[in-house]
Amino acid sequence: MKHLSVNHLLGIKYLNKNDIQLIFETADHFKEVINRPIKKVPSLRDITIANLFFENSTRTKLSFEIAEKRLSADILNFSAGQSSVKKGETLIDTVNNILSMKVDIIVMRHPNVGAGVFLSKHIDTKIINAGDGTHEHPTQALLDSYSIREKLGTVKGKKVVIIGDILHSRVALSNIFALQLQGAEVKVCGPTTLIPKHIASLGVTVETNLKKALKWCDVANVLRVQNERMDVNYFPSTREYTQLFGINQQVLDSLDKEIVIMHPGPINRGVEITSDVADSNQSIILNQVENGVAIRMAVIYLLAQQIKR
Amino acid sequence: MSSKILLNSKEIEIILHRLACQLIENHNDFSNTVLIGLQPRGTFLANRLKEILTEQYHIQDLKLGLLDITFYRDDFRRRDEPLEATNTTIDFLIEDKNVILIDDVLFSGRSIRAGLSAIQDFGRPKLVELLVLIDRRFSRHLPIQPNYKGRQVDAINQERVKVCWKETHNKDAVYIEHNT
Repeated sequence: MKHLSVNHLLGIKYLNKNDIQLIFETADHFKEVINRPIKKVPSLRDITIANLFFENSTRTKLSFEIAEKRLSADILNFSAGQSSVKKGETLIDTVNNILSMKVDIIVMRHPNVGAGVFLSKHIDTKIINAGDGTHEHPTQALLDSYSIREKLGTVKGKKVVIIGDILHSRVALSNIFALQLQGAEVKVCGPTTLIPKHIASLGVTVETNLKKALKWCDVANVLRVQNERMDVNYFPSTREYTQLFGINQQVLDSLDKEIVIMHPGPINRGVEITSDVADSNQSIILNQVENGVAIRMAVIYLLAQQIKR
Repeated sequence: MSSKILLNSKEIEIILHRLACQLIENHNDFSNTVLIGLQPRGTFLANRLKEILTEQYHIQDLKLGLLDITFYRDDFRRRDEPLEATNTTIDFLIEDKNVILIDDVLFSGRSIRAGLSAIQDFGRPKLVELLVLIDRRFSRHLPIQPNYKGRQVDAINQERVKVCWKETHNKDAVYIEHNT
């Protein structure tokens, strides 16, 4: 019988190939559910989930929330901005207080790397990492791979380039782990200042010429420049960044094949990607958002299955 | 474990034809009736009935859907083994339709209860009927009874009814197995 090999979803690093396969197969069933006239199943009626967002989020928060509602779970929403965190409460105290309200699963986004792992060592409940600083964003990587599998049939053997601000991106790291586990080749492309120094040790190749990277790949996953995480200037100007690393229709037309364009959002239109590309048939950006709900339903369902009363 | 045969392939063939005729008696040309096989094991019976109805009784445009009830079960997290989902393929709405739910063995009635909940997510049916190949009497946990049944058996709880189909076991047969 099929189980996840982990008790939490803290990062792709902790998963194996079979876990990803199980999550995808379960997500296939939920994708069918969310396309029904009534998009809800009663599986998690007696489960309570707290969504703890210590950092801003629109898409991920809404996606988790709707996934939980589609599974009939009860949910609590918490945003650090309006909470006692501002009054000096520690993470463990905040979470323990929430757990006293009999919560079964915690979905957490936190600005600090490893916040989920830290929490998992101190409390006895299921934790889903919805992004920890610049470290991992596992559900995003799962939905990205799931979207590639849906578009191209398989992830194995595909060539994927991740373009942009790799240094500050948790999406990039989780994607590298997930794609490699499934047998894809991964390249990163961006200004050298935004590529981590020892990234080659992860088994990925580096390319600083956008055109060469696009020629090589089957899929391009385009990332946003995370200005809010930058303490110094990593490139001279946004205009220069766009000229060298922005994806536009002209550069795509110059390739001899049609590649798949992805973006985890939020998009800065006209910076890393132009509007015509983002809205083109090559782009699967909105499919990623739809698949995000199915993937998150699958992850929550599979972890909830482990909870015994 | 001892096992004895309850139905052989000839008997199953006769029963399937009888069930098909009973369905025609109540649903005429099936213009407002759909068949829904419960995954995983009710689907073989549903497919076979569809085959008989279309090929031998010339029912046109008979709609058959397959319904997975995993997410509607009442034993989620109450079993040692995780529940594994299968595909649901219902590419039509069941709003105002007569629905015939099809499963191989009716035992506790809990699967049918889950099926009744699941079916509501595809619309409000006009009527729901239940067809089973084997009805195990005296084992119900819920007030659910079949409208059409192949064979009624009185099996004790230690016994298990096993339905084999050509598609999976090379021949059609129903056995009663007893743990000794």
